[in-house]
Amino acid sequence: MTKKRSIVYPYIPNSAPLVKKEMLKAVDAKNIDELYEDIPASIRFTKKMDMPEPYLSEYALRRHVEGLLSKNKTCKEYINFLGAGCWQHYVPAVCDEINGRDEFLTAYAGEPYDDHGRFQVLFEYASLMAELLDMDVVNVPTYDWYQAAATSLRMASRITDRVEVLVSKTIDPHKLAMMREYCKPDIEIKLIDFNKANGQIDISNLKKLISQKTAAVYFENPTYLGLIESQGKEISAIAHANGAVCVVGVDPISLGVLTPPIGYGADIVCGDLQPLGVHMNYGGGQSGFIASRDEEKYVMEYPSRLFGITPTTVEGEYGFGDVAYERTSFAVREQGKEWVGTATALWAITAGVYLALMGPKGMVELGEGIMQRSHYAAEQLNQIKGVKAPYLESAFFKEFVVNFDETEMSISEINKKLIDHGIFGGKDLSKEFPDLGKSALYCVTEVHQKNDIDKLVTSIKEVLK
Amino acid sequence: MKNITAERFTNGEPNLRRFHQARWDEPIIYELSKEGQRGILVPEVEDSIQEQVGDVLSTLPEGLKRKKPPALPEISQPRVLRHYLRLSQENLGAGLNIDIGQGTCTMKYNPKINKELAGSSKITDLHPLQADETVQGMLEIIYRFEGMLKEISGMDKFTFQPGAGSQAIYNNARIIRAYHEDNGESAQRDEIITTIFSHPSNAACAKVAGYKVITLYPDEDGYPDLDALKEAVSERTAGLMITNPEDTGIFNPKIEEFVDIVHDAGGLCFYDQANANGILGITRARDAGFDLCHFNLHKTFAAPHGCGGPGGGVAGVTDKLAKYLPIPTVEFDGNEYYLDYDRPDSIGKVRSFLGVAPVILKAYTWVMNLGADGLKQVSAIAVLNNNYLLKKMQEIKGVSAPYAEGKRRIEQVRYSWEKLYEDTGVHSEYIGLRAADFGLHYWTSHHPFVVPEPNTLEPTESYTKAELDEYLAVLRQISHEAYTDPEKVQTAPHNSTVHQAKHEPLDDPKQWAITWRAYLKKVQDK
Repeated sequence: MTKKRSIVYPYIPNSAPLVKKEMLKAVDAKNIDELYEDIPASIRFTKKMDMPEPYLSEYALRRHVEGLLSKNKTCKEYINFLGAGCWQHYVPAVCDEINGRDEFLTAYAGEPYDDHGRFQVLFEYASLMAELLDMDVVNVPTYDWYQAAATSLRMASRITDRVEVLVSKTIDPHKLAMMREYCKPDIEIKLIDFNKANGQIDISNLKKLISQKTAAVYFENPTYLGLIESQGKEISAIAHANGAVCVVGVDPISLGVLTPPIGYGADIVCGDLQPLGVHMNYGGGQSGFIASRDEEKYVMEYPSRLFGITPTTVEGEYGFGDVAYERTSFAVREQGKEWVGTATALWAITAGVYLALMGPKGMVELGEGIMQRSHYAAEQLNQIKGVKAPYLESAFFKEFVVNFDETEMSISEINKKLIDHGIFGGKDLSKEFPDLGKSALYCVTEVHQKNDIDKLVTSIKEVLK
Repeated sequence: MKNITAERFTNGEPNLRRFHQARWDEPIIYELSKEGQRGILVPEVEDSIQEQVGDVLSTLPEGLKRKKPPALPEISQPRVLRHYLRLSQENLGAGLNIDIGQGTCTMKYNPKINKELAGSSKITDLHPLQADETVQGMLEIIYRFEGMLKEISGMDKFTFQPGAGSQAIYNNARIIRAYHEDNGESAQRDEIITTIFSHPSNAACAKVAGYKVITLYPDEDGYPDLDALKEAVSERTAGLMITNPEDTGIFNPKIEEFVDIVHDAGGLCFYDQANANGILGITRARDAGFDLCHFNLHKTFAAPHGCGGPGGGVAGVTDKLAKYLPIPTVEFDGNEYYLDYDRPDSIGKVRSFLGVAPVILKAYTWVMNLGADGLKQVSAIAVLNNNYLLKKMQEIKGVSAPYAEGKRRIEQVRYSWEKLYEDTGVHSEYIGLRAADFGLHYWTSHHPFVVPEPNTLEPTESYTKAELDEYLAVLRQISHEAYTDPEKVQTAPHNSTVHQAKHEPLDDPKQWAITWRAYLKKVQDK
């Protein structure tokens, strides 16, 4: 039998027996139980919780967790071609240095005086994104692109006082499902068809669906299927002609080379910050931004916090604070716009650092380099017998559909075999988009060197043999 | 030689800290731009690729190629780093200050070992769509953690998907909706009941899910009002969504009756456990009869708050509601861990992918360090610290602890500086500004201010008695100043990074500036 010993917990200073005794005396209590006087005996849990034995020493704890983590196979150990909403890009060391600082990492919701730094870096994040997007208002981000897109639609509905939105069918089906539910019961989502050969929005279908009930038209660029929607101007014109708001979802890392959505008529733009300096983190790096023009009727519909710059009592000093705080649920509970709460501020700070490091030239070079690599990959894959890449005949950025209809194998079989070659193959689209047959969505970024892509091609050839 | 240690005390009491916040006067990042400078170089593309693909930008459709590069600043790497390091010094993380002034937020110690493990490439470099067989470690962590959360709450099944507390609350509102839809009662049951001392997101999330919200106010003693609940329930009741203990630190002693009344009316009961830090191993959601609950991993479970996320919200439900949880859930077949998407009754997704993995890992690691006894000790000390503060606070002039007089509180207290305001004209908000001069956070409360001139303190388990005494000494000093030199408090902060900001421009569409470019257009260029 192991001997029992009393434990003083390093994270709990006043658990040291003498301190505890002194404090109990100070509050006139004989024991801790007295402090729980309001909790009825009928719901007091009197047993010991059935939990695993703890690893009390930091060393043992580390060994335990590292042991579990060692079972993971990472995108550094394997060559990864998965994207589909979470993308592997290079994370500059300075990004992790800043978001790892205790001053930011462990802070929360202080005021602009004790937490001036947080307000300034988040204001700067918004200001940097504003240039990337060419828009004047950017929010303190929400959870992810799903939430940003869903909220953008609710904003559009409130702005137009209409209850129907049209969404391009080429969207991530999980995102669509979330948006549908989020809009319920106030807003109905209808889907716009796409051209099966090139993935572009079917304009005639859009014209058929749009009406005086339409609050917004939502599409993405690049789309979930990687391609570039070339009819943005026409789509936004149709939306505007019908009194609807044009909402565009965008991958921000494409905006060094792609025209920002406002350039083709977007009124609200949303997307995910994860590509901008945040590790994939098994999907934990997502962060949803929303941007718009600086018009009161738009600004007043954001649920998020918006940090503004303002003078202080000292001439020449920058202060910060909440813009139009009364819109938020913090101020007026259910009377506010949706809700606001803890979301993803640290990733916004990180994205700000990333954009400050990259500068205009970095974003342009990066965008072009990604396109060169992805186009190279598609060309090489297309040369494999039975493989078609890109399957959809449109320009694309970093992702593209690869079709395997002319081969004997299913995507899941191919991907399973690719793991043995040290490769994570593209996302299986067969179930999500049956129209595309046996297709997978491949993602190529600046992390891929030529030999990585060449290895993919040789491996697929071997797998298909 | 002087006795330096002795000089830190006067009459046996520690002297106040001679704090001054960093004040770097750091420009806005755009002001640092110098044409041609670079912060980082991007990986070059191999020549052979370039030769093969040619001018890829020419493949872009007309009008889709960006004409001018984005007007981002051009700054060298050391200058970017210095900029952000300086701004970080102008921020008070919980790691640095006695962060008991942000009540309801549970600002506890965020262990460094957890951060280091979560920074491992074994988690940061995982893609969420990798095959299950390649993420066995991560799935096992979630699965094991779910088992522990089940024990802590008494619930039967959990989701880890929500990105933070409010999203977990929303998740639960959706489950309530799905349940009534299945019973064909969703049209009839269109009301959610909450209390004013529950987090505002209970009301706001219920509204987004389509509900009319009924908010109960407390009885005279500050307890949730049973009679008010009885009046509010009806055949329209979809559910009850409440915090307990409430943001006043008062535990609802009639919680079982609350649950029974709502159940009898056909509604479901959701337990917002944002305030769970004082009751781990003491009382459980399930044992009080609740159908759903949630925890904030970034509060109770010691994951850092990240300036406002990413956090983690885990939501638990009883067996009868388990089928509604979002897809996918993490399951174990005795051999392998796997993601189960085959859940036809699921509410689908509330967030992309599986949740915030690094936050989940930090929380798991924290629990594995403490175990059942350690968790109970967390709560014991959090409650002891709170009642110690409660006792000492009442000795300070101008402040009181409204409601439940003479009773103990759980993990926090919402105090009132009403007397101080009446006596001196100094609002609670200004006490907060002055607290910044001593390197401390101070928060009032959510709105509306039901407690007049509110101040919510939550000491958690993470601070030493001496630190609690220091916080108290600062409040005592500010109270003294309010009575003797109110202007000093009303013009604070004096030792912080900046001085009082002007609020009017922030509410004026003609003046507000949410980005630097808006500021240049609206303000500076004029």
